[in-house]
Amino acid sequence: MGEFETKGQRLIALCLLGFLLFNYPVLALFHLPSAVLGIPVLYAWIFCAWAVLIALMAWVVEKRE
Amino acid sequence: MLQGWVIVVTSFAYLGLLFAIAYYADKRADAGRSVIASPYIYSLSLAVYATAWTFYGSVGRAASDGVGFLPIYIGPTLMIALWWVVMRKILRISKENRITSLADFIASRYGKSALIGGAVTVIAVVGIVPYISLQLKAVSNGFLILMQYPEIVMPAKVGAAPLMQDTALWVALILALFTIAFGTRHLDAAEHHEGMVAAIAFESLVKLLAFLAVGVYVTFVIYDGFGDVFARAAADRNLAPMLTPLEGVAGSYSSWVWLTILSMLAIMFLPRQFQVTVIENKDERHLNKAIWLFPLYMLAINVFVLPIAFGGRLHFPTGIVDADTYVLTIPMAEKQELLALLVFIGGLSAATGMVIVETIALSTMVCNDLVMPVLLRMRSLRLNERRDLTGLLLGIRRGAIVLILLLGYLYFRLAGEAYALVSIGLISFAAVAQFAPAALGGIFWKGGTRRGALTGLIGGFVVWSYTLLLPALARSGWLPIGILEHGPWGIELLRPLELFGLKGLDQITHAMIWSMVANVGAYVAVSLSGSPSAEETRQASLFVDVFRRTGGGARFWRGTASAPELHSLLARFLGSQGADEAFRNYAQARGLRWPQEAMPADAEFVHFVETQLAGAIGAASARIMVASVVQEEALTLEEVRKILDEASQVIVYSHQLEQKSRELEAATAELRAANERLKELDRLKDDFLSTVTHELRTPLTSIRAFTEILSQDPEVDFAQRRKFLGIVVKETERLTRLINQVLDLAKVESGRAEWHETRVDLRELISDTVTGMEQVFQEKGIQVTTRIPGRVSPVLADLDRMIQVLLNLLSNAVKFCDPQAGRIEVALSEREGWVRVDVRDNGPGVQPQDQQIIFDKFRQAGDTLTEKPHGTGLGLPISRHIVERHGGQIWVESRAGAGACFSFKLPVMKLAEAVDA
Repeated sequence: MGEFETKGQRLIALCLLGFLLFNYPVLALFHLPSAVLGIPVLYAWIFCAWAVLIALMAWVVEKRE
Repeated sequence: MLQGWVIVVTSFAYLGLLFAIAYYADKRADAGRSVIASPYIYSLSLAVYATAWTFYGSVGRAASDGVGFLPIYIGPTLMIALWWVVMRKILRISKENRITSLADFIASRYGKSALIGGAVTVIAVVGIVPYISLQLKAVSNGFLILMQYPEIVMPAKVGAAPLMQDTALWVALILALFTIAFGTRHLDAAEHHEGMVAAIAFESLVKLLAFLAVGVYVTFVIYDGFGDVFARAAADRNLAPMLTPLEGVAGSYSSWVWLTILSMLAIMFLPRQFQVTVIENKDERHLNKAIWLFPLYMLAINVFVLPIAFGGRLHFPTGIVDADTYVLTIPMAEKQELLALLVFIGGLSAATGMVIVETIALSTMVCNDLVMPVLLRMRSLRLNERRDLTGLLLGIRRGAIVLILLLGYLYFRLAGEAYALVSIGLISFAAVAQFAPAALGGIFWKGGTRRGALTGLIGGFVVWSYTLLLPALARSGWLPIGILEHGPWGIELLRPLELFGLKGLDQITHAMIWSMVANVGAYVAVSLSGSPSAEETRQASLFVDVFRRTGGGARFWRGTASAPELHSLLARFLGSQGADEAFRNYAQARGLRWPQEAMPADAEFVHFVETQLAGAIGAASARIMVASVVQEEALTLEEVRKILDEASQVIVYSHQLEQKSRELEAATAELRAANERLKELDRLKDDFLSTVTHELRTPLTSIRAFTEILSQDPEVDFAQRRKFLGIVVKETERLTRLINQVLDLAKVESGRAEWHETRVDLRELISDTVTGMEQVFQEKGIQVTTRIPGRVSPVLADLDRMIQVLLNLLSNAVKFCDPQAGRIEVALSEREGWVRVDVRDNGPGVQPQDQQIIFDKFRQAGDTLTEKPHGTGLGLPISRHIVERHGGQIWVESRAGAGACFSFKLPVMKLAEAVDA
């Protein structure tokens, strides 16, 4: 399997991971009235997970095999 | 300071700056030094996705729904992860086929069908019109609100102002002129608009900076950071429920999922996204950086949406200020004139960027896929005879741009009031999502047919119109509102918002479910129920297998053409300079000197001209034009299939070849080993022959010698004669024995010997054989002892052969045992399923180095050439064959001077065999 296919499969996996993180039921776990550093948990979760997902995508794409 | 003229002058100055950037980029492109050939510019140009909807609308949505605006940006992030696989393929296909628009792409896939191209164009124009009206609404509202500074007054109801004093109309007209100046200054064969892309990338920066500026101002200047905004919101009775959204407030999870999917499709199939992502792409590798840079852009532009939304809700009393305008009205309320102006420019950037790219993309589609195919078919226009059609093409595009913007304005006046910005945009998203089955299906599934795609598109579009467009018009009062409440003609089952009784979903989810059911269902069902034509089969293969073969188009063409005619055809659409350049490039790549040398008008060249033409007028029109100047033979479906089969067979063959060559290597190694073995055998055969002849010669020599004496010398007396004859007889017997043994060995070795296996009791066999040789032992004075136990299990063997083995061992023992006091011991024993026979003598023994070779043919211990041989040298090899044939083993144990012990063992007969035997 070449580098091309490997990266493609990793990115597909990330897409599925994103679908999991940003949907029911994971999203429902963060339905809490509490806050992290003053930011509601749900908002904090979405933006952090989003940033991590982008970082992972960058890592997969830019990584030299 | 913020008087009307300041705003107007600033706006025009900004548009002028954009124009200057575009002009500069175009000049650089003409000079061959492109400024947009960079992954960063490419990523920024993709951010044309963020329109006035994002700039103003997200805050509006967030102010009522909390996180409900986010799926629109999370969806594309997820989709972009798939771009490595999907978009790369679309890019490759589009470059190889010189695709000019989304309509061209889908039409090309389904046999360059003008009908499909037209359908896609109509759906795109109708679907995008609400989206354009959204931009007009945002810009004109922004302008009207800013004009009232320092008062904050919401604009009056749309349509209240007379037509000529309606800001939105002027915005539409100015944008139309601007776009025409931008996108249709000249006709580019490849539909590349480098200037436009450079300006769009710049606009993406401006809108991001403007939004971040107002975000930072609200969050950190008005309030004391994120925590402060949320804490104040939590303390507010009206806002507190929004901090735990999704439950009730932001709609259900199902609408969240559907919005995600919808925006995943939108990022692929919005005409402007297709334009910047695919058509304007300079290099496939730019995609790599865009895969994470563009999502990063979307993350950045969304970080401050919630603080601004909550800030606005806290700032203004409920219901006075439209939440869609918070981005602008908060700086105004805080008397931040410059910031307010920057925000207005940012909003203008977002809106103009969208309008420019969208209308250019749509006008290309209208021209190439809707108007031109019709005009070219109308023979009365005699378009085929016009020398230069570039002016006509540009005219059509300019007209299309004005028309689309006016349609946008019309929708704004008709229906714009009833919806918030985001809701208007989502209607358009749902429309372009209808392209997904035909486009995505088309690049991964060869079975999709033209009729399937067309039915799917129309089915999806009809459902979209019924469930989204019709309610929008009804709510604006242009259709009786009763249709929504009671269904058309009072049929409740057909209520547009609860079709077939599907209740409890929001409008977009409801429309998406039904339109996708109709679209995908029709696409798959109709595709499967019919069979594709030759042209469709060919295009399906070119699209789906784009990575598996290259430059395949020419293989499918057969006919005759003339180069000058093709040249004049190209010149009509590209101008004669453009045609010359295309010809020169083609000739150069093939080592020809054009126009000095004639261009061969072969299949490859015709295909080249058609692709060039497709770059200017779309695949469907190019097909019609080329067909009009060449005589071509239509390929039948059978022939196309044959060509495709051959091509795929070539691929299969090459895989097989690789496999074969690996197998060959392995086989070569085996062969080499076999060859070594054969050489060894050959040497053994030579040895065998020379030994056999040697062995045969010995008795022959003596026979000959004695018979010569007898025949030449009659004086030999009777006794002597008798003795000689005795020797002759004896030698003849030896010769016979030798020959018999050679034959026997050959028979055993070749497996042709017959075996009669029976139950053999080795005790009987030994005693019988020893008794049979009693005479020999006595003659030589050898003392023989046998040790045979009272009971031994029988073996399954050929009795005669086993006797032969024992005879061999015994006669060897006789030959080699001590000449004076010879002693031979024969022992029989049974152990662990084996019956073993030992024949021990007291001779000189066998040297260790000889113990293995004596079982080979003619290998006697010692030197057979100098010493007198003690036998044929075949006894032990034959014995070995016989024993091994019975599944046994034969070996010798010996120390020099201490005698030798030849042993063999045979497996005990199994019970089942014992019963059978």
